[in-house]
Amino acid sequence: MLSLIVKRVAAAVPSLIGVVIVTFLLTRALPGDPAAYFAGPAATAEAIEQVRVKLGLDQPLYVQFVRYVGDLARGDLGNSLTTGQPVGQELRSRLPASAELTLLGLLVSVAIAVPLGILAATRPNSLVDHACRAISTAGVSLPVFFTGLVLIYVFYYLLGWAPAPLGRLDVFFSPPAQVTGFYLIDSTLDGNGEVFLASLKQLILPALTLGIFSLAPIARMTRASMLAALASDFVRTARASGLSPFTVVVTYAFRNAMLPVITTLGMVFSFLLGANVLVEKVFAWPGIGSFAVEALIASDFAPLQGFVLTMAIMYVALNLAIDILYGVIDPRVRIEA
Amino acid sequence: MSNVALPGRRGASEHGLFAILRHARYILGENAVTAFAFALFMLIVLAALIGPYVVPYDPLASDTAAALKPPSLAHWCGTDQLGRDVLSRVIVAARLDLMIAVASVALVFLMGGLAGVAAGFFGGWTDRIVGRIADTIMAFPLFVLAMGIVAALGNAVQNIVLATAIVNFPLYARVARAEANVLREAGFVHAARLCGNGEARILLGHVLPNIMPIMVVQMSLTMGYAILNAAGLSFIGLGVRPPTAEWGIMVAEGAAFMVSGEWWIALFPGAALMIAVFCFNLLGDGLRDIVDPRRRT
Repeated sequence: MLSLIVKRVAAAVPSLIGVVIVTFLLTRALPGDPAAYFAGPAATAEAIEQVRVKLGLDQPLYVQFVRYVGDLARGDLGNSLTTGQPVGQELRSRLPASAELTLLGLLVSVAIAVPLGILAATRPNSLVDHACRAISTAGVSLPVFFTGLVLIYVFYYLLGWAPAPLGRLDVFFSPPAQVTGFYLIDSTLDGNGEVFLASLKQLILPALTLGIFSLAPIARMTRASMLAALASDFVRTARASGLSPFTVVVTYAFRNAMLPVITTLGMVFSFLLGANVLVEKVFAWPGIGSFAVEALIASDFAPLQGFVLTMAIMYVALNLAIDILYGVIDPRVRIEA
Repeated sequence: MSNVALPGRRGASEHGLFAILRHARYILGENAVTAFAFALFMLIVLAALIGPYVVPYDPLASDTAAALKPPSLAHWCGTDQLGRDVLSRVIVAARLDLMIAVASVALVFLMGGLAGVAAGFFGGWTDRIVGRIADTIMAFPLFVLAMGIVAALGNAVQNIVLATAIVNFPLYARVARAEANVLREAGFVHAARLCGNGEARILLGHVLPNIMPIMVVQMSLTMGYAILNAAGLSFIGLGVRPPTAEWGIMVAEGAAFMVSGEWWIALFPGAALMIAVFCFNLLGDGLRDIVDPRRRT
């Protein structure tokens, strides 16, 4: 098991190096003079020169790269032009909001998609099967920002069930004491039911939006791999041995069908992290996505670069976790390692 | 290739084309969904071609007296905050949205398709370099990488096209590589080599045409994603700028009015976007059934 983990971590290193190189090159690809850019629009020629020396832009490219990696190693992602605050600090304080939303979105989508896929596979060509196909095709076709807006219109404007789509918590409540940064968990730790409910209410619509967007690949893959598992010899044997249909489907078929589903999670996360940016903008969610969008509007590159890097590192880490999980679930993978 | 071989080959391809058409008609007849998607596709193409000439209002002309009016007989889809006709803007936007998607798909076909074919055909270093580039792109959440690219290269429509092409690169490169890898040992490749063709000529003249069907399916399948990606980028303020009519930016403009009940500004462009993507996804599935029935799910 340990050798598997070591091997997987080693395999993730080239990805990480690639990510760092690409984010470095992105800054150097900025149109015009990066020094003039970082000095701001009102800077004089002298100030620009000072910034150039300060940023090391007068050095050759490889020196700049070494310097960039050194800064990264110290967790220094540069300062925001508009606020003057260190980007790393800002990202850290906003990360829990995004993570809470993304994970809940994934939870929603798995909770809908996996049972749907199983039902569709156990009853091929039935109504459930057609519904599964329709929902999964429609799900990938819906622009995620549009789904969010429609949900807001229906559940906030028409029905009045959801609170105003303005951030993580209604202004009447104060956020719970920070432990994990996840409001749902922190308010539970505080034993504050009101805050828990209030933050859950804010979370439901954006999480549902993300869930609808990402359920398609999970449902499709669950259905396909369940079909394959149900057609296999061991399921036939289990059926012939007189096991209950539930045991056959859940214990025998689903456990074997889980592997491809977990593999798809990697792709789902790629979608989710991207969609997160759009959903955060729609719901005025104070996460790292809306931070990046604000920076984009202000043409402030350092926060955006930090954001791209953070997202990419999280994504590499998630894929690594999925790989390791794969090894935990499937003994064959462990033996190969 | 000798002239003697030509007639036979042409005859075979005509036969092949005829068979594909007959198969396509069969699929369209059997599969009402694909036929429906095809009809929708023609409608979108029609809107892109003649839209600007048939719309009832100038898509950019504002009329503050008629601002924020709900759908009526005069304005079938209502008017936006500047009194512009939403229907006209939605129809006119089809051309820009379709052009961005087609351009980015064509570009990624050129980049990813060629790189992938070369990687699969030559193997070795070419394969390793292409594979490494694809892996590096795949290490990013794709939309986030597209954001970074557009922000770095400059906020312009052509950079949206480029960014969408780059994030789709690994998909194309992988499919083309897998196909070319199989074909490089095929009999006709050896035959072409024995006839004295150079490697580049075999690659472009013999291998590439044979993976075209699969690549066309791939293009159709990623077209929907390209539209979504471009619309998403313009939704957060990248690329297309107001007052240009484009579905993503129109939804963004209508977003603020959704909470106060003016649903029509965002709904119609959003629905157009959804229908376009839906249509391309269905069409891609249908095409794949024609070209490669084994992959049907």
